[in-house]
Amino acid sequence: MIHFVLLFSRQGKVRLTKWYSPYSQKERTKAIRELSGGILPRGPKLCNFVDWRGLKVVYKRYASLYFCMCIDSEDNELECLEIIHHYVQILDRYFGNVCELDLIFNFHKAYFILDEVLIAGELQESSKKSVARVIAAQDSMVDAAKEQMASLSNIIAQATR
Amino acid sequence: MALSGMRGLSVFISDVRNCQNKEQERLRVDKELANIRTKFKHEKGLTPYEKKKYVWKMLYIYMLGYDVDFGHMETVALISAPKYAEKQVGNVGGKEFSESLAPDVQKLLISSSCRPLVRKKAALCLLRLYRKNADVVNVEGWSDRMAQLLDERDIGVLTAVMSLLVSLVANNPDGYWNCVSKCVKIIERLTRSQDIPQEYTYYGIPSPWLQVKTMRVLQYFPSIEDPNIRKSLFEVLQRILMGTDVVKNVNKNNASHAVLFEALSLVMHLDAEKDMMSQCVALLGKFIAVREPNIRYLGLENMTRMLLVADVQESIKRHQAQIITSLKDPDISIRRRSLDLLYGMCDVTNAKDIVEELLQYLTTADFAIREELALKAAILAEKFAPDLSWYVDVILQLIEKAGDFVSDDIWYRVVQFVTNNEDLQAYAAATARDYLDKPAVHETMVKVAGYLLGEYSHLLARRPGCSPREIFPIIHDKFPNVATSTKALLLSAYIKILMHSQPGDPELQKQVLSVFKKYETYLDAEVQQRAIEYFVLSQKGPSMVDIMAEMPKFPERQSALLKKAEDTDGDAAELSATKLRLQQQTSNAVVVVNQHSANGTSHPAPLSSVSSGTRNIDRGFLEQSQVGPQHNDVPVKAAGMVQSLTADLLGDLLAPLAIEAAPASVAATPTTAILPLEEPPVGPADPLALAVLDGNSSSVQPVGSTSDWFNALCKKDSGVLYEDPFIQIGIKGEWRGPQGRVVIFLGNKHTVALTSVRAIVLPPSHLRMQLPPVPELIPPRAQVQCPLDVLSLHASREVPVLDFSYNNSAVTVGSKLRLPVVMSKFLQPAPISSADFVAIWRSLAGPPNKLQEVVRGVNPMLISEMTELFNMFHICVSPGLDPNPNNIVAATTFFSESGATLCLVRVETDPADRTQLRLTVASTDASTTFELKEYIKEQLVDISSITANPATLGFTGPAAALAGLL
Repeated sequence: MIHFVLLFSRQGKVRLTKWYSPYSQKERTKAIRELSGGILPRGPKLCNFVDWRGLKVVYKRYASLYFCMCIDSEDNELECLEIIHHYVQILDRYFGNVCELDLIFNFHKAYFILDEVLIAGELQESSKKSVARVIAAQDSMVDAAKEQMASLSNIIAQATR
Repeated sequence: MALSGMRGLSVFISDVRNCQNKEQERLRVDKELANIRTKFKHEKGLTPYEKKKYVWKMLYIYMLGYDVDFGHMETVALISAPKYAEKQVGNVGGKEFSESLAPDVQKLLISSSCRPLVRKKAALCLLRLYRKNADVVNVEGWSDRMAQLLDERDIGVLTAVMSLLVSLVANNPDGYWNCVSKCVKIIERLTRSQDIPQEYTYYGIPSPWLQVKTMRVLQYFPSIEDPNIRKSLFEVLQRILMGTDVVKNVNKNNASHAVLFEALSLVMHLDAEKDMMSQCVALLGKFIAVREPNIRYLGLENMTRMLLVADVQESIKRHQAQIITSLKDPDISIRRRSLDLLYGMCDVTNAKDIVEELLQYLTTADFAIREELALKAAILAEKFAPDLSWYVDVILQLIEKAGDFVSDDIWYRVVQFVTNNEDLQAYAAATARDYLDKPAVHETMVKVAGYLLGEYSHLLARRPGCSPREIFPIIHDKFPNVATSTKALLLSAYIKILMHSQPGDPELQKQVLSVFKKYETYLDAEVQQRAIEYFVLSQKGPSMVDIMAEMPKFPERQSALLKKAEDTDGDAAELSATKLRLQQQTSNAVVVVNQHSANGTSHPAPLSSVSSGTRNIDRGFLEQSQVGPQHNDVPVKAAGMVQSLTADLLGDLLAPLAIEAAPASVAATPTTAILPLEEPPVGPADPLALAVLDGNSSSVQPVGSTSDWFNALCKKDSGVLYEDPFIQIGIKGEWRGPQGRVVIFLGNKHTVALTSVRAIVLPPSHLRMQLPPVPELIPPRAQVQCPLDVLSLHASREVPVLDFSYNNSAVTVGSKLRLPVVMSKFLQPAPISSADFVAIWRSLAGPPNKLQEVVRGVNPMLISEMTELFNMFHICVSPGLDPNPNNIVAATTFFSESGATLCLVRVETDPADRTQLRLTVASTDASTTFELKEYIKEQLVDISSITANPATLGFTGPAAALAGLL
């Protein structure tokens, strides 16, 4: 299973974390520090796997962002590597040429999408279309709710004027 | 979250908060729960808003720690509610209530009327619940339900179900036999791309994830017996093994290889026919030679796995050369895998090659991997040694090449081996002696060599250069630079050498006795006691030979190394030098005061144990020292053990043996028993105090060589700068570019406060330094820290001087010490490409920016030693940049206030005459070039003092606290 997902930038700034196994806050900070320290200096021509505390971390760099997933040592590394790519492709499709800024400003969207891709540290959906549909449905719900709120506050504003 | 509008909720929360006591709170909560319950009963009347409100309230109640035993369905209903806000509440609530949710989730998963979206979430939700509590699927007929679920056509749902099944089968394969045939059907369907919707293909491959998961499930069943199923499965696997090609697209490649590797593991698991197995090995052999690092990594990993399950050792051996190449891969992940594989595939036939390869790699391996490497090499050498002398050679080489990474267990083991094999003893002693002749000897080597020579040097006495009189100075040469524990060990070696020299050699006796005499007043209780007792013993003459007889053989026992390797598997880096140091620290905290009690208890040592034979005592001491690696254990404990010295100690202590231990009582026992001493051995403590006071009134001498300390500190950032019986000055430096911060630790070791303490730094012109005033008084056993900021203005070889003095209630002691703020502290290694190097080298044509000098009188050393030296001074050697192997090319950056200067260095050595070399230094700044050239020259010429053993610090007293800070 995937124990956690970690996104950090070239500078080591953390952009997204998702933990599927229990880690205390202290352990999380430690894990992030150790992994960004261990992965960032690695050159481009090295393999995408790093041993870490008896587990394995599969990472891939996309532009300035490193996507890392931590799996059990006997899990299939390449499968996980392609889960990363699958997630990135979905992000890319959703944002249209996704870049780091998209993930900074719309981090909640990144989390929503991740929740549709992974649950309990396992791949939930391998169809990009299907994920896109769910996210679109969710977005339209958010819009409707927002609209409703806006019209309500309009009414209140007018009434209290 | 739109909480603002929920008045009811906020009223409820403030009500609860205003409750005076627990009872009131309970009443309020019960009332609310009753309210919610009635509301939910008449559900039809509830608006979504109300539903949401009540779920929020229930959530709050749940968080307060009350049981909420209803409303889960309402929560689940909210998950699929049409509006976003409600849905969100449902999700939050879902988590909190999950424990009692399992039956509902199961229902959702099974019901065919539910949307696929909900069902796949339900499957994974159940997986999550299952991980928490395996009982959630303890339902009658659940495996049939799982089998039914495998008929699912929606690949998304099927993927989720398969994840669930992996977990279920992993824990209970027997329960799910009925799923095997369905899984095989699924994998067949996938590999044939039958009926797979376009959106579930990934780069043209039908859901690789589902393929991998399905094959994973099959690996958890012990075996597949049904011949039909087996046959069709093997057809599929054969197709995957043969039909996977390397393509250009990285992702497609990864996906197809993910499937391929999973198929490989399944083949291994199913214990296929020989043909298919060798096909797999051939495939893996191809993989470990490809350029793509991921595939190479996985190839090595799977080969290692293959070793465990199948009898393929011979076919894997054919790839040995390739695997050894991978040991030098630039990628540490790959190096690790290849190390694992080599370790796994090693046997009697190839042990020699592999171990030698590992030893060679050890010198260049990175720190993260060295300890593991050393341990593995040691284990292989022991396990598969073709002859024992080879084993001794390997371990000694290991210590020489990576002393810091050789844990004590390794050398204890070699000593055990030598002790138990008489044929080996002379050889081991002779080899150890040769190693001591080398210019830089690691402390561990000093220990092994000291021990071996102490025990067996008399076997060599007739060889040239090996008479006791010649051996002694070779060992004693190392004595000033080693830690206290080693000193104690060496003292034992001396007395043994002395006792074994037949006929007695008065000259040697004089030398050895003067050493004992000198250390009778040593600060460390252990060393002091040994010195005193050996002194007395040695004067007893030949009658004492028995006491100092050779160690008896050790009982055969499991290698502590293997045990350790098992313990630390996967986490070898953790058990590093730091951990050992930590253990030493705690044990070092022995205060002189303890000596009274220690000797007190050891005094009435039972005579019986002595009269039963001196060998027994030796054995006892040895066994007792096996208690643990804390060789400096508090003497009290050791003494207590002597009393209970019985035969059962011999048997059940399997802990690693610690030869160096010999705590105070060891020598004390024979002393009390055998020597008709008028004074009980409690004595040493009192004379000690007197002796120290005597020393006081005359002059206080440092306990080691200040220049050794200084030289050691030039190469590292923390350590002892000065130590005498009263004070220890430690240093810890941090360097960043042109700036540095040096913290000076002044530790009072004495029981009397030190007064009129004064410390002034005299900075040379090229440094700007600021030392805040030092407190005038250091209380007994206390430590003061003084931070010192340093800024480098320009290059220079001069060093600042610390002028310090103190008064120890009797006399004023003062000294001027060089501070190790040397040029190398402002250097940072600059890895450089050969193109850059050549370009810059050419652009700096000649003096004054490029200076060349032939240096004579160089201390001879190998290129590898010189490389290490350069790297130690932060001058980064680029191996292979110069085609001539006798030359070194290096680059470094010098930092000063005005900026960074790149400096290039070239050393041309003459293999025929190592005492001279040509040194060329180039940089854009003339003075930096000159200073760096002179600095390097000094290091090369003055090597003997510089390569003094770095691990020479014996921490005692406050130094233990100091070590904690370092």
